[in-house]
Amino acid sequence: MRKLALKDEILNRVEKPARYIGNEVNSVMKDKKQIDIRFCMCFPDVYEIGMSHLGIQILYDMFNQREDVWCERVYSPWIDAHEEMKKENIPLFALESQDPIKEFDFLGITIQYEMCYTNILQILDLSKIPLFSKEREEEPIIIGGGPCVYNPEPLADFFDLFYIGEGETVYYRLLDLYKEHKKKKGKRRDFLKKAAQIPGIYVPSFYHVSYKEDGTIQSFLPVEDGIPKTVQKELEMNLKETYYPLKPVVPFLRATQDRVVLEIQRGCIRGCRFCQAGMIYRPVRERKVDKLKEYASKMLKNTGYEEISLSSLSSSDYSHLEELVSFLIDQCKEQGVNISLPSLRIDSFSLDVMSKIQDIRKSSLTFAPEAGSQRLRNVINKGLTEEEILGGASLAFKGGWNRVKLYFMLGLPTETKEDMYGIAILSDKIARIYYETIPKEERKGKVQIVASTSFFIPKPFTPFQWAKMDTKEEFVKKACLVNSAMKEQLNRKSIKYNWHEPDVSQLEGVLARGDRRVGKVILSAYKKGSIFDAWTEHFHESNWLEAFSENHISIDFYNTRERDLDEILPWDFIDTGVTKEFLKREWEKALKEQETPNCKESCSGCGARKFGGGVCYEN
Amino acid sequence: MKIRVKFTKYGVMKYVGHLDMMRYFQKAIRRASIPIVYSEGFSPHQIMSFAAPLGVGMESKGEYMDIEVTSLEGIEGGIKRLQETMVEGIEILSLKKLPDSEKSAMSQVKRAAYWVVQREGKIFFPEKIKEFYMCQEEIIVTKQTKRSEKIIDIKPMIYKMEELKEGLYMEVAAGSAENIKPEVVLKAFCSFHNIPYVEKNIQIIRLDLYTEKDGMAISLGEAGELL
Repeated sequence: MRKLALKDEILNRVEKPARYIGNEVNSVMKDKKQIDIRFCMCFPDVYEIGMSHLGIQILYDMFNQREDVWCERVYSPWIDAHEEMKKENIPLFALESQDPIKEFDFLGITIQYEMCYTNILQILDLSKIPLFSKEREEEPIIIGGGPCVYNPEPLADFFDLFYIGEGETVYYRLLDLYKEHKKKKGKRRDFLKKAAQIPGIYVPSFYHVSYKEDGTIQSFLPVEDGIPKTVQKELEMNLKETYYPLKPVVPFLRATQDRVVLEIQRGCIRGCRFCQAGMIYRPVRERKVDKLKEYASKMLKNTGYEEISLSSLSSSDYSHLEELVSFLIDQCKEQGVNISLPSLRIDSFSLDVMSKIQDIRKSSLTFAPEAGSQRLRNVINKGLTEEEILGGASLAFKGGWNRVKLYFMLGLPTETKEDMYGIAILSDKIARIYYETIPKEERKGKVQIVASTSFFIPKPFTPFQWAKMDTKEEFVKKACLVNSAMKEQLNRKSIKYNWHEPDVSQLEGVLARGDRRVGKVILSAYKKGSIFDAWTEHFHESNWLEAFSENHISIDFYNTRERDLDEILPWDFIDTGVTKEFLKREWEKALKEQETPNCKESCSGCGARKFGGGVCYEN
Repeated sequence: MKIRVKFTKYGVMKYVGHLDMMRYFQKAIRRASIPIVYSEGFSPHQIMSFAAPLGVGMESKGEYMDIEVTSLEGIEGGIKRLQETMVEGIEILSLKKLPDSEKSAMSQVKRAAYWVVQREGKIFFPEKIKEFYMCQEEIIVTKQTKRSEKIIDIKPMIYKMEELKEGLYMEVAAGSAENIKPEVVLKAFCSFHNIPYVEKNIQIIRLDLYTEKDGMAISLGEAGELL
């Protein structure tokens, strides 16, 4: 029997001790004497969140297929366990072996959202690994991956290297390189230098950034020969056939995503101008429907899950969606398995599917118009018209639904009062459609409309990467304006309006578009006790504001300043395939309120075609 | 058709709570392709019930779960199939076919037997146990309820208490009618003898669950025929 790193005494005291025991179905145990490389994958948030992440499941399975590698997992100990470990001086451990992280060769951290940055420092700190890359010698190599590494600069000082792009392609190369290095007992720096020459690998310590007097970047250059000037993202072009984890680890605790997750495609044809995922994962690549059917059956069998969900951006665009969903409905009915669908474009097909798999009375429809007016929807290239929204709603109301969720953003570039009013007006129009379409005697109560707004945060590698972001005060004002506009509507009693707190958005903005200097702020905030910033109840804005002012870093410099098109942006050294020229064109078109067709309609020359795939390439 | 599954829970699995154990078994049953019966409706669930929840941190040598299956055919080799899908720390001891008239384990359970082992030192001396259990006419404890404190005599809820292999054996009331947690008895024992109750020093192991017939305890594992 495995011996646990935490004593009974502690496990009996903390909330949900099953977070720390490992032993889950399909977790992998190996004999550490028989392997060459010990890799620990980390999701820097609580277990139930981290276990829901597909990326780690893919890499965990892929690494463990190698006989010379044992890949394990670690998540952020929750605050109670964090305190116990600090008090008792217990080093952070991997779930499988329960061995200290410090004994590993690699610690790979997936960075999915900005608000987990302090948790990354927590992981290093609890592992007793020096926080700064330059202070490490014998410690594990710290690798970062995931969407946030498309601007890794705020974290540059804490990581030894970043893997930019999809994990399937060059990880084995990196591991082979390391194996050789370990055998030869090479120097850490030499390993990093060789690693930096692998495509997709960025070693921040080999780059020097200098700044102009106004604080913008003067230059961003490699400091040694042999280090590439730009790092091209890695991506799996053979998604049709590539590998998928058929035996994912099944947690004992109810994870956020407590089901089989089937990734049906990567990338998106839509090109919404605010959306980072839609740009960085280009070109769109579909998985083969026959393979997906096979995976679904095998994964349900191997895990015993009672639910399956499909994962992708804009799932309605997957060309075999109908076939796949019908197959799943047939299969699942027999086995008592539920299907959970991603939000689909509302049309007769999706309504038919939804009525088969959900209880209409309990489920709701989701629309994401993102902006309240057609003008602003053109600016963001949302490609969704009011006609389509109202048509979809009318169809759904006839089908028996009476709950609608609407998602909008506030603070989008060029936004005016009319656009904000538009949010309330559109919500009201949907309510009117209900009362117009459904005769009084057939109505099952009032229509329930929940409209939510989040605050727009400009992200790297989007056409809006140059845009100014609103201040907190502006955000609050806008939310209040929408709120009062809602109260003026005829159907105000059928509409509920929610808005997010702007404090976190402001910080997310800085971390998203920050440069290396922001790293100090993250460290200060951590030292002041900030962790689990993504959890409202644990987010302490005052820590962060103090951290900014102590380090003389201005929030406005990163958020509210409109960037010059010629400015060197901290993330410019990454090549995502989508060119800066394209992004500039899109930014200019946005300001002119012009739409760009989606990739299926016509190719707009974003640049991602060079990878040899995507609808533009295939047709 | 009703089936009773008996299993053990030990090692790290003692930290998996009752609800998560139920979810664990729901998945295990699917992995093992046991032909379980599902309820009707949009989110069908398996017809499955557990005899009595086991507290987090406790081990057990006798846990019971009743399930309903569509046919006995699909259950051939079920014990092996189920066991193959288990993680370390859960062992399937038996599968038994229950008579149709048999009530669920949950509604039948009346008593539970526990074995308490002391990790360091020794406190469970036979004479101390006798003094506590035999010589007291009543054993009064204060029970914290949500709203108030209640003073109760737990002696009628303790059926047996004796030394067992350096530890303490106790048989106490369990189930929906009367229920007493082993920790409550332990705390009363310690306070009676003026010894500190040190939780970290103690491991509680549930040995078995019983129903009653004519005042006699009968193990829930007795009912039905072995498959």
